[in-house]
Amino acid sequence: MIEAIFFYAFAAVLLLSAAMVISARNPIHSVLFLILAFFNAAGLFVMLGAEFIAMILVIVYVGAVAVLFLFVVMMLDIDFKEMRRGMKQHAPVGALVGGVLLGEFIWMYLQWPEKREGMELAVAHTMPHPMSDITNTHALGRILYTEYVYLFQLAGLILLVAMIGAIVLTLRKRPGVRRQDVSAQVNRKASDVLKIEKITTGTGVS
Amino acid sequence: MPDIMIEYIPFLGSAFFTAYILPVLCITGYILLLVVPLILAMAYLTYAERKVLAAMQLRQGPMMVGPFGLLQPLADGIKLLGKETIIPRDANRFIFVMAPMLTFMLALVAWAVIPVNAGWVLADINVGILYLFAISSLGVYGILMAGWASNSRYAFLGGLRSAAQMVSYEVSIGLVLVCVLLTTGSLNLTQIVVTERPFWVDLLLFPMFVVFVISALAETNRAPFDLPEGESELVGGYNVEYSSMTFALFFLGEYMNMILMAAMATVLFLGGWLPPFGIEALSFVPGVIWFAFKVSFILFIFLWARATLPRYRYDQLMRLGWKVFLPLTLLWVVIVAGALLYNNALPGMQ
Repeated sequence: MIEAIFFYAFAAVLLLSAAMVISARNPIHSVLFLILAFFNAAGLFVMLGAEFIAMILVIVYVGAVAVLFLFVVMMLDIDFKEMRRGMKQHAPVGALVGGVLLGEFIWMYLQWPEKREGMELAVAHTMPHPMSDITNTHALGRILYTEYVYLFQLAGLILLVAMIGAIVLTLRKRPGVRRQDVSAQVNRKASDVLKIEKITTGTGVS
Repeated sequence: MPDIMIEYIPFLGSAFFTAYILPVLCITGYILLLVVPLILAMAYLTYAERKVLAAMQLRQGPMMVGPFGLLQPLADGIKLLGKETIIPRDANRFIFVMAPMLTFMLALVAWAVIPVNAGWVLADINVGILYLFAISSLGVYGILMAGWASNSRYAFLGGLRSAAQMVSYEVSIGLVLVCVLLTTGSLNLTQIVVTERPFWVDLLLFPMFVVFVISALAETNRAPFDLPEGESELVGGYNVEYSSMTFALFFLGEYMNMILMAAMATVLFLGGWLPPFGIEALSFVPGVIWFAFKVSFILFIFLWARATLPRYRYDQLMRLGWKVFLPLTLLWVVIVAGALLYNNALPGMQ
């Protein structure tokens, strides 16, 4: 009973906050609702017994991605009225994308029973004891670094390319910018830059 | 449940009570047993900070309220409670009030997985360390929300600085955690404490301990990385507009986070509740005492750093995070993994 209550609470808040993400007037509120939605999704994952995925969801999406969202939204100077103007034009495109997504969900739901049996078979031969007290993390590692090692590496490469691309796009050399050169500072010797002179009273330095 | 009580109050014997109410009461009791000492520790951390700073600057520190000024934290608390809560007219009221509550709550919630003694832990979950990492990465929201909701330039700049700083240092903290996990092979904090590490592994992890403590300073916005509240340039940073209890919650959250980071360092590197250096003769002292002792040691380093180091300049802070710690920790992950593999000491390989 308790589990059902928690499930409905998480699911209800998740759906409500997801709706608020797109309907809130203030973009900051939207991002904050998005974070709430992520949290409730993590709660649902914990209830499924997938605690590793729940934690990764919180770390990656809430701890990193949403922080950047919030950062950007706070820094931008957005005219809210201007944003709402194009609503009519974009509505059909949005409806199309939403329709496609809905269709995919329905299709997956119809395929689900056969799929699940197949997956159980696929998982069964990678795990020695299906009912043993193997943790989530071990189970994931076992399948990720054996069956899917090439895909895993490929995902890493894609991320690397994306990272380098982002750096290349934003890095610019501007003339006249004074930068701190730490090695130059550390390598400076007192004997090179300081001159100590004994000065007798009344003569001064030439 | 004694029978005599069930006789007089039949509800206590019902299945609903034993299945639902009793566990909730038990958990509440455990939580209070953890949180009350924590809040006391936090109150006396503020006292310790003032005393340590004073000693390092040849002053007396608080000494008027109670013997040796020991009641000073209490007096401060009562003073803060008695003040008026001011909410700026142009502030976003809901987020403005939420931010300090969130900061304080996150600082407390993380303690659910910290083992303070063998078996003394609220939730002994398998992904304990990920949970800690997740919660500590959320701390930035309280500050960011406070900075934005205050509708003040100083507060906003402080919030932005803090967000950039915390996100940067989280990366190196994550890689330090990976180093430790490589040697223990478990994400469970109790397991991490109990796992015996050979001496050379401890030696190998020592540089990571140093990086962790420095990153913890940055993550908790403590000196010398206290730019988000740099008084000399930002008046007071993200919490300028806060007063009374809302300010107190930020303050409490910051100190609670310090204790949390110290506890994390203790669990990951210093052997948690076990006696130091594995000396068996010292095991007659209860584990909680050792845990508290080690946490206090790390906290003293925090205070020491504040008393002795000048504040970093902002670009130097970012440079340290991204150009020094990130490559170093990344390299160290490879070194630790390689050394463990070479010595056939990877967990699960023997």
